[in-house]
This record gives sequence, structure tokens and C-alpha cells, in this order.
Amino acid sequence: MLNVGKIEEGFVLDHIKAGKSLSIYHHLQLDKLDCTVAIIKNARSNKMGKKDILKVECDINTLNLDVLAFIDHNITVNVIKDGEIVDKKELILPHEIKNVLKCKNPRCITSIEQGLPHIFVLADEKKEIYRCKYCEEKAGEPNSIW
Amino acid sequence: MRHLMNPLDFTVQELDKLFDLADDIKADPKKYAHACEGKKLATCFYEPSTRTRLSFEAAMLNLGGQVLGFSDAGSSSASKGESVSDTIRIISCYADICAMRHPKEGAPMVAAGRSGIPVINAGDGGHQHPTQTLTDLLTIRALKGRLGHFTIGLCGDLKFGRTVHSLINALIRFPDIHFIFISPPELKVPDYIIDMLSEKGITYEEVIRLEDSIAQLDLLYMTRVQRERFFNEEDYVRLKDFYILNKEKMKLAKDDMLILHPLPRVNEISVEVDEDPRAVYFRQAQYGVYVRMALILTLLESACLS
Repeated sequence: MLNVGKIEEGFVLDHIKAGKSLSIYHHLQLDKLDCTVAIIKNARSNKMGKKDILKVECDINTLNLDVLAFIDHNITVNVIKDGEIVDKKELILPHEIKNVLKCKNPRCITSIEQGLPHIFVLADEKKEIYRCKYCEEKAGEPNSIW
Repeated sequence: MRHLMNPLDFTVQELDKLFDLADDIKADPKKYAHACEGKKLATCFYEPSTRTRLSFEAAMLNLGGQVLGFSDAGSSSASKGESVSDTIRIISCYADICAMRHPKEGAPMVAAGRSGIPVINAGDGGHQHPTQTLTDLLTIRALKGRLGHFTIGLCGDLKFGRTVHSLINALIRFPDIHFIFISPPELKVPDYIIDMLSEKGITYEEVIRLEDSIAQLDLLYMTRVQRERFFNEEDYVRLKDFYILNKEKMKLAKDDMLILHPLPRVNEISVEVDEDPRAVYFRQAQYGVYVRMALILTLLESACLS
């Protein structure tokens, strides 16, 4: 089994659905950070069978938890300090997500109005449905992310 | 300051108050003839709509106010590429209230966010047309004497018809309403509306033939199949004549069933039906003026208070 060492300070995203880590890496814009990132794919998991893990050595505040919650709120976020887990962040579906998804409705005002943020509002918490604030078009899957 | 974007922006109690005011205006129009003296309504119509624009203008003129505006995007600064946000900031300097129609969905909401005056959504693409819904509700309340405890048939384009979607959303807040959706399979009411009705335990039926259900109805809401909502001309041509309400079909209806239509009509209601006392669609247009008068007064009052 492959071993990836501990990180001293940063966060570990655990219980990512197998195969999804790379897309989360991009959505969280981790490629733009100048820090150590470990992407672990298909790790063994008692709970999930297979899972992905992301280890990121940087300040927790750089992580957009709303985006992560929108993508998959079942991901576990462990905050690491001095090599130990000091906190677990609970992911709650955000009421609103801004400039994460683009509205796909060609009739929506966002398609022509300059400088207008693309905002999606949680319309149905149970079904996890987001709708465009302006035209109420249903949001696409998180993989249709900006 | 209040705006009107969606018919659900008003609570049931606020709607009652608005409709009481509209009733009072209808009963004694002279009392309100100078209510908006010195006030200006801007009608910003980025796409043509004679009926709605004239209804707003008539409403403001009836209240003693004045109107200014444009009736298509070509004659506005939009043709030069100006954004909705910029336009409304300018309009706010010229007028006291604005009615906006725009082909892009959500444009009036963007305007409201930047506006210094109340904005009324006068129709945004296939999305919302709240003053039509207010008109429909006032007409039903005035002519049926109640909002609730009836079976309503909605017929025609239930997929793209924004007036239908808005009306359903508005009616579900009233008690004991049974919906019958009459449409060809291609123009069925969207799934999210069906899901919403099921979740709320509101009863509905979906049928294809108008003749099969017309006898059950207290209200029949007819709609036009709108060419502008189709990307494909072939589909439009195939579906536009699916329903035509004529004298024969009216023989099957209850004596006190009312026919409503947001207008304009093309051929979905035969002209021979116009003389039938149950055809109230032209009276509905008159109620549209009363409700817009009440709305202008209500929103201007809220702007004064804010």
C-alpha cells in the first residue's frame, strides 16, 4: 500500500467519491496555490469501498467551503495543525453560491448583462436543487461548474 | 421600497388588500383621478407588447399621472449596448415608478437591484408576468366571488406559457382548488410544477382532449401557443391549432363556467364564443387596468415610506 506522509498544517479532504478528487482540485482552484498538494485516488475505505483523499498544506481559510459543500457535502474536512487533526468542519449546503456555476439558460439576463454575478439559490434543500436567482433555471450537476 | 417581480411577492393578505383597492377604484374611479398627479411612470419595453404597455399607461393616466418610455429595444439605449443596470439608474432620475418588459429572464430583477424607484416586472421572457397573474386573480375574485373552492382547467401551451405557471403558483395558496391540465403531450406542464403539486397534496389531472373535461370546470383558462417561445418553426406549426374552443364545446360546459384568456388570442377561441356570457376575457383586460392602478398606488406609497 502506498504511504503518503502527514502534513504539518493545512487540511485533509476525506471521503471524496472515488475518481472525483481531480475535479475538486480544479474547482477549489488548488492548482493556483503555491503549496504541497497530495491527490490520493482509490484509497481503501471501510465505509465507501474506494475513496479519494486530498491533502493540502496551506491555510484553511483559502478553502471555499461553500463550493465544496455544493459539490458534495458528505466530504469530511479535517483541519490539521502541528500534524494533528484539530477540527472537523461540517459542510452545510450554502444558501447561495456566487460565480461557481454559469447559468445555461440562453434566455437568462446573465447571458448579456456585463459584470452580473452568476448566483444560484438553494430552492429545495431536501432534493439539493439550486436555481438561478434571476431566471430560476435549475442548476446543472456540480461537474458543470464554471 | 417594494418592487413586484413575482406574483408570490405579495402575501395572501396583501393580495386581498390590493384587490380591495382595485374594487374600490372600479366602484369610484373619480376618487382616484388625481391620486398620482405630478408622478411619472416609465414604461421600459425592450420587446413589443401593445396590450400590457397600454394597460400600464392607461392605469397611470387614470390616476392623473404621466407616462414616458420606449416600446422596443431598438428605440432605447440598449441598441447602443447599454446594460439594464445603467439604464434603470438613469430612468430613476426621470420617473417615480417603472414598468419593465424584457426578453431576458431576470432583467427586471437586475433593474430592481439598482433602481431608486419601484420596478414592476411587466414580463421577462418565458419566466414571470406577475401583473397578468394579478389580473387573472382579480377577475376570478370579482366574477366568481371567491378565490378558492373551484376546479380550473388550463388549456393549450402549458410548457412555455408563463402566465399559466404564474397562475398555478399563485392559486395553490388558496383552498380547495383542483387543476385539470389540458395540453398535447409536447406542451405538458413542466415536471417541477407537477412535483410541487404532489408535495403539497393538491389534486390535478392531465388530459389531452378538452371535450373530456370541460363539463367539470368552473373556470377555463385558455392560452395561445406562442411562436416566439419555439426555437423550431415546424413544432410551432404542428401544435398551434391543437385546441380551438367553439360553440359546440361550450355546450358541454357548465352554465356558470367562466372562460379566461390572457390575450392576444389567435384562433384558439373561435370568435363565435365571444358573445357567450361565460366569455369574460375582454372584461379581464379591463380588470387588468384596475389592478395595475392599485399596484401603482401601493408601490408608490411604499416608496414614499422608505
